[in-house]
Amino acid sequence: MSVKQISVFLENKAGSLQRMTGVLAEAGIDMRALTVAEARDFGVARIVVDDTFKAMNALKEASFLANLTPVLGVLVPDEPGGLDKLIRIFSEAQINIEYMYAFMGGKDSKHACMIIRVQDTEAGEQRLSGKGLRLLTQEQLAELVGH
Amino acid sequence: MERYYQEEIECASRERIREIQDEKLVKQVRRVWENVPYYRKKMEEKGITPEDIRSCDDLSKLPFLSKADLRDSYPYGLLGAPLEDCVRIQSTSGTTGKRVVAFYTQHDIDLWEDCCARAIMAAGGTREDVVQVSYGYGLFTGGPGLNGGSHKVGCLTIPTSSGNTDRQIMFIMDLSATILCCTPSYAAYLGERMKEMGLTPEDIPLKAGIFGAEAWSEEMRQDIQKTLGIKAYDIYGLTELSGPGVAFECSAQQGMHINEDHFIAEIIDPDTGEVLPDGEQGELVFTAIDKEAFPMLRYRTRDICTLNREQCSCGRTLVRMAKPKGRSDDMLIIRGVNVFPSQIETVLLKQGYATTYQIVVDRVNNTDTFDVQVEMTPEMFTDNVGEISERQKKLADGLKSMLGIKAKVSLLAPRSIQRSEGKAVRVIDRRKI
Repeated sequence: MSVKQISVFLENKAGSLQRMTGVLAEAGIDMRALTVAEARDFGVARIVVDDTFKAMNALKEASFLANLTPVLGVLVPDEPGGLDKLIRIFSEAQINIEYMYAFMGGKDSKHACMIIRVQDTEAGEQRLSGKGLRLLTQEQLAELVGH
Repeated sequence: MERYYQEEIECASRERIREIQDEKLVKQVRRVWENVPYYRKKMEEKGITPEDIRSCDDLSKLPFLSKADLRDSYPYGLLGAPLEDCVRIQSTSGTTGKRVVAFYTQHDIDLWEDCCARAIMAAGGTREDVVQVSYGYGLFTGGPGLNGGSHKVGCLTIPTSSGNTDRQIMFIMDLSATILCCTPSYAAYLGERMKEMGLTPEDIPLKAGIFGAEAWSEEMRQDIQKTLGIKAYDIYGLTELSGPGVAFECSAQQGMHINEDHFIAEIIDPDTGEVLPDGEQGELVFTAIDKEAFPMLRYRTRDICTLNREQCSCGRTLVRMAKPKGRSDDMLIIRGVNVFPSQIETVLLKQGYATTYQIVVDRVNNTDTFDVQVEMTPEMFTDNVGEISERQKKLADGLKSMLGIKAKVSLLAPRSIQRSEGKAVRVIDRRKI
């Protein structure tokens, strides 16, 4: 049930993020979520897109270093304590969150979508089931914020 | 007033110098023939024997020695004296694991230290001076050479070796050091640090500096002279020939006087090996005419420069060499340390990187910057930023332990280093010297 995130290596210099967005634009890719993790002199762009296969091909064609990382897409209610409920589940299960990022908007205005990276994706999924939180598939995620 | 350590040599007539050279050369060729089978074979291949070398006019008949010969004959192949007569070795930072190891008898150490003593007196040194030697001590020739020269002149010698900048400054100030010996980039750094500490050239007791072991510009000289309030003298040398002091600058600062009673200099065309007339630019070749343990004959330095035989205003008659324009092979001197691209390649390969890399060297505020840029590979790439940073650090550490100096490591996107159709461009040297 995990979602495939594309991670792209970026050099820390002017224009390198644009080169990536340019390639995706050219291929007609719609991005669902984006975040950039930066180290001292390089970065890794993390994106979730509508057509993962097509996006990977376009990036590799343009000599980008990109790989797929399984992440969890979770809908949390957009209200006080919404995120806390989710994080508490991981915390109680002693599951370490490597990183996470959020996006809002799209068709569903009552929820925020969290993208979460944990070491053991399956264990993470199991913990979340039956807790009243909605775990998204790739298709659902694409659908959620689609046009 | 110009001072000389050995005036009878330094200011001898050209005829006298030529006499000394002729006599020593003939003797040296014979001893090499008898003691160094490696070179004897080279002579035999050219069909010559010691009888063919009667004076300096015959020098060009002798075969060349190059860095490749040093590697091939490592470690004892070029030894010209019995090992039990040797008292010391010195060594370079080495390439692909094979260092140049040079041997010295007591006689060799003496003549080397004499050369350095000449350099110190040419820089105005007397027995009243306090000489701080901030070149590295140990295998590197810089420290031991100037240390010995300073003793010969009778100066009070402060053997600080390199590093620990604040302690260097403390000794200069507390013991009123008057002559500083180190690499020019370290001198510039010391100057910068002293300026930061609020010391003006008037506060600094130094009057002269003897700087070498790396290429430096006239502009950098002016800068150092101004910041430290000193006169900065250039010095030249190679481990293969002894170390610093093969040539040294006088107060005229118009080229370095070659110690011709020990070393005969020639300029050759690096491609054909033909000897070029005086004044023409070419590769500098040296013949060590009275070294015992490591008697280099016609050693190709790879340094490109010119010779000037005009009489110098300082009174010395020794021929002068211009500052070398650069090396004709791939060796880089960064912060005074020899760096070969092949060493960097070794580290990269060991750590699983590809050999598409680039070395970018520049000089910012008179200090060399050293950037090793390497392309990220699919095998190396992970979504985990910390893991990539860790790898980057491991590479930097690996380079440091191989080269002895710190490099900045940059990870580049694949295919971002321009591919060459012929020989790869590994080195981008932006230093303007």
